[in-house]
Amino acid sequence: MGERVRVKAMMPPGHVRAPAYLRGKTGEIERSLGAFKNPEQLAYALPASHKNLYRVRFTMAELWGAAAETPQDVVEAEIYEHWLERLPNAP
Amino acid sequence: MPHDHPHDHLSPSGHPFRTDNDTPLSYFQTMEIAVRELLIEKGVLTPAEIATQIEVMDGRSPANGAAVVARAWSDPAFKARLLEDAGAASREMGFDIGPLNLIAVENTAETHNLVVCTLCSCYPRNLLGLPPDWYKTRAYRSRAVKEPRSVLREFGLDLPESTQLRVHDSTADMRYIVLPARPEGTSDMDESELAKLVTRDAMIGAGLPRAPGG
Repeated sequence: MGERVRVKAMMPPGHVRAPAYLRGKTGEIERSLGAFKNPEQLAYALPASHKNLYRVRFTMAELWGAAAETPQDVVEAEIYEHWLERLPNAP
Repeated sequence: MPHDHPHDHLSPSGHPFRTDNDTPLSYFQTMEIAVRELLIEKGVLTPAEIATQIEVMDGRSPANGAAVVARAWSDPAFKARLLEDAGAASREMGFDIGPLNLIAVENTAETHNLVVCTLCSCYPRNLLGLPPDWYKTRAYRSRAVKEPRSVLREFGLDLPESTQLRVHDSTADMRYIVLPARPEGTSDMDESELAKLVTRDAMIGAGLPRAPGG
């Protein structure tokens, strides 16, 4: 699997595509999808810059802790680069 | 006599008559009409173009996706291309999917895939047509990422613990189609027969393909 990343725990107002339930959660890059126009600007008809988009894989254990239905199941979601911070890879 | 006319409110088929839609327009319904009328007034679009686009979308159906799945079951080289770039593979079969960015995710003995859009109702409409109503409900959108196995049991699918469930949240620019596993006992079936086994729910991951003869 790929790099470890954490979704930034920001709570900005307005149209964003990083779901709140993933903010602050750690996952691994499943694949890189290339660059797309930033929806946070597109939504307001502003000139939109291109941002790299990644598919990030999170375990249910990471998302829901002890309440996870099956800890080793996963959620994969598309997250823009400006929402991600790189983490050192686990030993 | 409290029940003199107990069936006045029922149609001849025994079902209640549908009430007329006499409620006032909502804010967004009013806005949609206003924007559409402005686009027509300013010559950006014609009513005929709008009607044509609605017909094109209504003409798309899960049968398109079923044909793609059946081709992948029948042709290993096509399946490889589908998993590499599902949009290109769908266009190769002649489907007009516009700018759709499509990813196919494959169910195997070890993995089951389920698609959701927790933020709204993203769905591969340009291939499969409009999503089912349940796909857009808050209940499905919130439960599919929190308790997907319970959701699948309600759809009649009880996944073994040994199968890893991967839930795909369509949060941004990609859309997803599940490539189900080819059912047992279908080795002598051709593509068009196979396509009839592929249900809409199987391509969302909320179900499995039909069994042959089932």
